[in-house]
Amino acid sequence: MAAEEGHHDTGSYVLHHLTNLRLDLQSMTILTANDPRNAGFWVLNLDSCIFSVLLGLIFAFVFWKVARKANAAHPTQTQNAIEMVVEFVQNQVHEIFPHANSLVAPLALTIFAWVFLMNFMDIVPVDWLPHAAGLAGVPYLKVVPSTDVNITFGLSLSVFVLMYIFNFKFKGVLGFGKEVLTHPFGPWLFPVNLVLRIVEDVAKPVSLALRLFGNLFAGELIFILIALMLGQAFNGIAGAILAGGGVLLQIGWAIFHILVITLQAFVFMVLTVVYLGAAAEAHADH
Amino acid sequence: MNLNATLIFQSIAFLLFVAFTWKYVWPPILKAMNERQSRIADGLAAAEKGARALQDASTKSEEALHAARAQAQDILAAANKQASQIVEQAKGTAQVEADRIVAKAHDDVAREVAHAREDLRKQVGELAVAGAAKILKREIDTKAHADVLNELATKI
Repeated sequence: MAAEEGHHDTGSYVLHHLTNLRLDLQSMTILTANDPRNAGFWVLNLDSCIFSVLLGLIFAFVFWKVARKANAAHPTQTQNAIEMVVEFVQNQVHEIFPHANSLVAPLALTIFAWVFLMNFMDIVPVDWLPHAAGLAGVPYLKVVPSTDVNITFGLSLSVFVLMYIFNFKFKGVLGFGKEVLTHPFGPWLFPVNLVLRIVEDVAKPVSLALRLFGNLFAGELIFILIALMLGQAFNGIAGAILAGGGVLLQIGWAIFHILVITLQAFVFMVLTVVYLGAAAEAHADH
Repeated sequence: MNLNATLIFQSIAFLLFVAFTWKYVWPPILKAMNERQSRIADGLAAAEKGARALQDASTKSEEALHAARAQAQDILAAANKQASQIVEQAKGTAQVEADRIVAKAHDDVAREVAHAREDLRKQVGELAVAGAAKILKREIDTKAHADVLNELATKI
């Protein structure tokens, strides 16, 4: 595969697959791999942005099209499928989030469907899209948005903000302040309470983002390594055996990843709802 | 790996998608689902009601059938009783009438027999007298032999 087509070095092959297509927002130029501006903040990972928005649009468009013609008496097959997803999400939210709020369920649905679609790009063979883009003159393309830590943090920090909105909305400023200072050790240990609370709250978005990122990044890396094995197909008998093993591994890992991507999307959704539920829940006073 | 403006971009995109789902996707789908749910519940309730009504109706018809059967039995029994009564009555009447007719016939016969006997006796007496007179002519005195003649008449 691409390993034979210009990237003779396996290291650079892997690195190439893990490099984003970066746009420097200050000069509006595409950056090359060794440009020092890569590390700056005002850089956009164009591939992540484009693919995540594209997948989000697919989700929004399909669901909107079904929702617009949603029919109680004669549902189409597509509507049935969509309703299954919606009902699944709604049941989860009902179980985890006991308060009345019209935002949480649609939010959970968006997270589940969108994260699932972003993860699904993982199943697409690793060389197809980057190679096609290479032929079109695009130097780098990382097609799985959820292997970009910016994307996962973008989601989890939004959830973090929502968590605080819920905290204030359901408990009020005073109630929330009281909870932060007095929970869990009572009012006399308020500095400890405050520190604990900060650690607890910061851990939530970080774990949320890193869990998704870590799983998908590792999964994608293994797909890249399997692709390297496949690249040895015409490299003597040993290479052919290696490639044969690679085929089996590719199939196995892809099937396993069907489970993983769904599970990760589900976990992200459920934890989001759990965090929002905890934010809405008033702690009992000690 | 390093964080950059993609994070901001993704957050904005996320909030926009959530808002879109919140406003335009979730409510119509949920409305359709709830509507179907209530429709199914209504249908089931109606079916149950119909089944109950059917059961009621069949029980009622069964009862009516039983009552009709019992009534028919009563009517039949009464009719039988009445018929046998009428027959008995007719039999009695006929017996009485027959007895009467027979008795009358006996009476008639007896009377006729007596009458005929009387007539016969008279005629025989006269015949005997006439015959004797013819045979004996003057030799016999009617008065003198009257007791003989009478004795003869009674013997006949």
